[in-house]
Amino acid sequence: MDLSYTDDQIAFRDEVRAFLAEKLPRRLEDKVRTGKRLEKADYEEWHAILNERGWLGVTWPESFGGPGWDAVERHIFEEETTRAHAPRIVPFGINMLAPVLMTFGSTAQQDHYLPRILDGTDWWCQGYSEPGAGSDLASLKTTAERKGDSYVVNGQKTWTTLGQYADKIFCLVRTSKEGKPQAGISFLLIDMDSPGVEVRPIVLIDGEAEVNEVWFDNVEVPAENLVGEENQGWTIAKYLLTHERTNIAGVGFARAGLENLRRIAGLERAGGRPLIENPIFAAKMAQVEIDLMAMATTNLRTLAAAAAGQAPGAESSMLKIKGTVIRQEINALTRQAVGPYALPFVSEALDEGSNVEPVGPDYAMPATQTYFNNRKLSIYGGSNEVQRQIITKAILEL
Amino acid sequence: MNFELTDERRMLSDSLRRYLGDTASHEATAKATEGETGFDPGLWSGLSEMGVIGALLPEDAGGFGGAGFDISVVFEEIGRAGAVVPLIESGVLAAGLLAEFGETEAAEAAIAGTVLTLAHAEPGSRYTLEHVETRAEQHDGGWRLSGRKSVVGFAAAAETLIVSARTGGEAADTDGISLFRVPAEAEGLTLRDYPMNGGGRAAEVALDGVPAEALIGPEGGAFDALERAHARATCALSAEALGLMETIRALTVDYLRGRKQFGQPIGKFQALQHRMADVLIEIEQARSAVINLAGHLGADRAERERHVSATKNLIGRAGRLVAEEAIQMHGGIGMTQEYALGHFAKRLIMVDHRFGDADHHLERFIRLSAA
Ligand SMILES: Cc1cc2nc3c(=O)[nH]c(=O)nc-3n(C[C@H](O)[C@H](O)[C@H](O)COP(=O)(O)OP(=O)(O)OC[C@H]3O[C@@H](n4cnc5c(N)ncnc54)[C@H](O)[C@@H]3O)c2cc1C
Repeated sequence: MDLSYTDDQIAFRDEVRAFLAEKLPRRLEDKVRTGKRLEKADYEEWHAILNERGWLGVTWPESFGGPGWDAVERHIFEEETTRAHAPRIVPFGINMLAPVLMTFGSTAQQDHYLPRILDGTDWWCQGYSEPGAGSDLASLKTTAERKGDSYVVNGQKTWTTLGQYADKIFCLVRTSKEGKPQAGISFLLIDMDSPGVEVRPIVLIDGEAEVNEVWFDNVEVPAENLVGEENQGWTIAKYLLTHERTNIAGVGFARAGLENLRRIAGLERAGGRPLIENPIFAAKMAQVEIDLMAMATTNLRTLAAAAAGQAPGAESSMLKIKGTVIRQEINALTRQAVGPYALPFVSEALDEGSNVEPVGPDYAMPATQTYFNNRKLSIYGGSNEVQRQIITKAILEL
Repeated sequence: MNFELTDERRMLSDSLRRYLGDTASHEATAKATEGETGFDPGLWSGLSEMGVIGALLPEDAGGFGGAGFDISVVFEEIGRAGAVVPLIESGVLAAGLLAEFGETEAAEAAIAGTVLTLAHAEPGSRYTLEHVETRAEQHDGGWRLSGRKSVVGFAAAAETLIVSARTGGEAADTDGISLFRVPAEAEGLTLRDYPMNGGGRAAEVALDGVPAEALIGPEGGAFDALERAHARATCALSAEALGLMETIRALTVDYLRGRKQFGQPIGKFQALQHRMADVLIEIEQARSAVINLAGHLGADRAERERHVSATKNLIGRAGRLVAEEAIQMHGGIGMTQEYALGHFAKRLIMVDHRFGDADHHLERFIRLSAA
């Protein structure tokens, strides 16, 4: 048993730190640290910087131009970039579609799409969920009917994150109504510019239009945009889920959140003393930190097992639940810390370069909006209830 | 022992529920939230005509109520509808203080629908009631006020502000706090007006040598009245939170019965049934906590204030659980601004940021219990 990183891992961590110190633009760091609104161009700028260094496709094998990192190195990278307040890597192209194409795509699809994902030509979004198909994804209804060299797509996707920025969407569509619902699903790549595609924003409780409805009205899609075989979509989706679950614990986000909370609790005063010295508040902060310390080690144990070639089973579900609960608790404490200044909501103050001053301390509104926004953590990526089912199903064998 | 409402209160509750059901729809509230004042003026004058503001005030101030259960009955309905109006600010706090100091004429104007507000909390006061740094100085036989007030509810819509300021003592003393009447257009008074999470508007108020219209009540002796007013306001806000919880309950029950996944209503999943059961238990706790406070608003100070803190602590905890669980059980739809749950859940979460959060009142309860 040795809890410390190896010399190589420490050297790697220092290399990542040096890169961040040199290359992470101050402007982006400021925006992330102070909870300002990130625009499409901000993500693209950061992606380009990472790509230049060969560090954008962090999960990609070397044969596809990735850095060839193991699970622990990926973790170190994730932790360091979050700690440095870098924007997150938008996962849809890089971490979701790319591994699918590498495993199930044709050579032509790999050659065409993978470079465009890296260089930012294509912004992808994920078209899985539908109004009637959330946890029960296999019940999806959007249809793709084969007509000559095309599929004709009709239906509606929803909760499509950042679909307003996207050039393309990868979708699960129904190509057959025979057999079990899972058996008639295909994986299709669709151009957002195609006639008949309509994107409608959905405003969430934090006031931001982060997700969308995407409607398809007789959208013609070239048959060559099918990934894998027709009706193989469910297998692909399940494969993708395992990739969606890398970095599921969000240790880096939790640490950054805790650091922010500690800073705010040091600045806020309650009853004439810094809030951080208030015994009730300090106890709650300590409690969540203790949970995080243990969870971080659970995460490393899982990563070490994965690096040794073991496929994670119930562990990813455990990490998903514990990781999201811890982050949501940190978010709730941060909201609580800002006191009455959780109330003002001045949306314009979140824009970069806005001349609208925040009301109260500048950290107050981001604290509140992040609390509301991150209620999503326990809902998406497989809700925490569904994860619990997975954990007990594996052990009860009933 | 009798937990029945009197006939008068039951009638008030029923007619208010009907009126708000017709007038304060989710769409109307959302529209008013976007508007200039943050509330629907038609709804406000309707409430005034129905005598809802009068129900919050005692007879000698022109009202016909003012007891704990008058307040809780009204605000439970306000919460149930998710309505956003300056009722706590104008009716409970400002008019309540005016009534207490025999300013009957001003209190009657409030009952008739004039909007007032109390400017008391300050940027550094957090939830401590006696923390007042704003100062009042005598000038030509009148008073001039200087300082900063924070998150003053509906200040921009108010015709008159009741402002607390020090005429003696230091920032954290209970002695030396006085109240003043300040017209909205007074010189040296500037507002930064903004919308709030959960609806409504508030303002940061800057006072730079503002001439007060009048001193209200005894010079330097307003603290006890402020504490009593905040006890009533806490009762009102807690009852509003209870009403919010009741609607969240109804929305969630409907959703659990109607939403289908895996070929069955999601309410068939035991995992959700148990969570819903916990929500129902906490709402009953919240109802009892509101009753406890409403029933002790007239008690002596020690007894009353222990109940203020007990109730607000419980409401803070229950409110968070109910709001978060309801969103979770709804899945994605619970995260949207358009669906009514979002408004109710946000408003409920924001209750903990007014008049002291759960931790503030936990500490205060311990202190008051030891005394
Ligand atoms: C902010 C946000 C971003 C998203 N981004 C995307 C995206 O980019 N692309 C995309 O395709 N999707 C996206 N989603 C959708 C997300 O994957 C779904 O919200 C999720 O699958 C849950 O589905 P649902 O919302 O329909 O809830 P439902 O499945 O209807 O669930 C409602 C409730 O029932 C519970 N439940 C369901 N089944 C069971 C069961 N068997 N046992 C116990 N409890 C159960 C759930 O846990 C939940 O509490 C996003 C969602 C959000 C909120």
